[in-house]
Amino acid sequence: MTAAAIFPALPLFLPELLLAGGALALLLIGAFAGPRSTAFVNGMTLLLLIVAGALVAMQPEGRTIAFNGAFVVDGFGRFMKVLALIGAAGALMLSFDDFRQRRLSAFEYPVLVLLSVTGMMVMISAGDLIALYIGLELQSLAIYVICAFDRDSTRSTEAGLKYFVLGALSSGMLLYGASLIYGFTGTVSFAGIAAAVTGAPHSGVIFGLAFLAAGLAFKMSAVPFHMWTPDVYEGAPTPVTAFLASAPKVAAVAITVRVLVGAFPGITGQWQQIIVFVSFASMALGAFAAIGQHNIKRLMAYSSIGHMGFALVGLAAGTEQGVYGVLLYMAIYVAMTLGVFACIVSMRRNGQPVEAISDLAGLSKQHPAMAYLFALLMFSLAGIPPLAGFFAKFYVFAAAIQAKLTLLAVFGILTSVVGAFYYLRIVKVMFFDEPKEALDPMPGAAKLVLALSSIVTVGYFVAPALLNVVAVAAAKTLF
Amino acid sequence: MIAAAVFFYLFSAVAVASAFMVIASRNPVHSVLFLILTFANVTGLFILLGAEFLGLLLIIVYVGAVAVLFLFVVMMLDVDFAELKKGALQYMPVGALVGLVLLAELVMIIGAWLAPAGVPRTVAAPIPPAAQITNTEALARVLYTDFVFYFQAAGLVLLVAMIGAIVLTLRHKPNVRRQDISRQVARNKEDVIELRKVPFRRGL
Repeated sequence: MTAAAIFPALPLFLPELLLAGGALALLLIGAFAGPRSTAFVNGMTLLLLIVAGALVAMQPEGRTIAFNGAFVVDGFGRFMKVLALIGAAGALMLSFDDFRQRRLSAFEYPVLVLLSVTGMMVMISAGDLIALYIGLELQSLAIYVICAFDRDSTRSTEAGLKYFVLGALSSGMLLYGASLIYGFTGTVSFAGIAAAVTGAPHSGVIFGLAFLAAGLAFKMSAVPFHMWTPDVYEGAPTPVTAFLASAPKVAAVAITVRVLVGAFPGITGQWQQIIVFVSFASMALGAFAAIGQHNIKRLMAYSSIGHMGFALVGLAAGTEQGVYGVLLYMAIYVAMTLGVFACIVSMRRNGQPVEAISDLAGLSKQHPAMAYLFALLMFSLAGIPPLAGFFAKFYVFAAAIQAKLTLLAVFGILTSVVGAFYYLRIVKVMFFDEPKEALDPMPGAAKLVLALSSIVTVGYFVAPALLNVVAVAAAKTLF
Repeated sequence: MIAAAVFFYLFSAVAVASAFMVIASRNPVHSVLFLILTFANVTGLFILLGAEFLGLLLIIVYVGAVAVLFLFVVMMLDVDFAELKKGALQYMPVGALVGLVLLAELVMIIGAWLAPAGVPRTVAAPIPPAAQITNTEALARVLYTDFVFYFQAAGLVLLVAMIGAIVLTLRHKPNVRRQDISRQVARNKEDVIELRKVPFRRGL
């Protein structure tokens, strides 16, 4: 067998190669140059993420399969990869200033982020169960480490340990499901499974599917596998929380869609039940559990659980329209989340980070620009028109109604009304509560992220076609 | 054939029994030793299957490296495992319930698998006959060709584990004297030895 037969055309896997190779090179630079190289490694990592995003966007149209079916490059994957890269780049930008102030700056952090993103890319492109698992582990293992990055803080180490133990359990479930599916279909490739599983499936396949879905739901932090989310979000350093809330969610949703739609199209009815339940439960928990929170990072954890529920409404529809809704939802979710975390990272008083919602009191008088943009993002998260968050919800609910899941859509709308309460409460605290001592001014990178995020949130209404056209084309490649 | 069956039951019975002892024995050192016994018996099972490469790998990697490392950790850390295990008993009923449910599901699946004939019994990559090719060679043929992608990605996973261990545990203490080999090598007689003439009965 020659090298040409083994390796596909270089442009297909160049972004992954660039990220992995870049991570190795930066690791060596960091190890030899020591702590003074941190700024350089940070900058190079950001550049690598942007270049990789550009390379992914320039990849040829159509669906190509490489490495014996382990690696699939298609429009859907490209869309999700660009989103994951944007999420990672935004979260990394937020870390620069925050880590310097916490005296946490180390060249290992950007390297671990790069390796984690490489895992996400492998996962999003996975064409079989082995590639799925390897990508998932690469992604998760790096995240366990960066959750505990503030190793002198008990809460940070607790977050890392908790995520690690529960993550190992979920990986076990996923592998158990994968082995059952392999045992009953005789193949690990998604295409092969799709060919083998038709009509009335064997109960072993359904068991495998349920375990696989459980493992993936854990990575998405969807109910009933969400227990780790609030503690990990609260304990991890805030820029890490921003990373957790953006890029890995995109990758987890992408692989869930790819597995369910790509490998089990023959038994849509079976997995639809699972997704409908998970979606119902996530939306309900996201809406009600967030009400009593005082810590803004915990609140965002429950908010992200709720948003995963909304995104899964689109997947529950199981149609091309639904996948289109999921793609749009994730794009808008990443944009909004990065903006919100740009504000949360900047919450410092006299250099010390503060996390309580009440610390935002009187923000409108001290930092009016930040307060107005923060409020804008909160309105968008709550789904108030004409902001982007409204359209995100609109498309997934429309898909659900077309697929005759009216009850799910109605329930989704009701929970988003409940959710609006706690988003608006933050706005109320910022604008109407008695001012406290002023927060420190926002660092430059956070300002940039917040500005870009706000532009997307408002601008989507002005020119929706920019995003919609790409998302339609991406959703089409799966069907 | 009978010998093979006898050995199969011998290896599997000892493996299961010693695996149980790993969790049941009070002394953690005994647990690790039972773990090694389990690995050795599973090696026997692999060799019975004709997978001698995997079997020997298990001995070299798991017994030779991993289990011995465990033993070091257990002996050096002096963790009171009996104390740790004390609280675990109160979770016993829940654990037993979950285990029971999983067992019931497994039985249902295996029953379903044995009963109907509709299940495809295919394999993704059939093993070439042992007479033509040793299984070391069979593994090597696919590891760097068909599976090169998995192989490299798995390498990255291991790299992350290494970086993580270093990031989370390595501390540079300022007052520790470290060996600096280049400085040691660069020393010469002129710089470090001072010869003085000591006057008799006067000292320095």
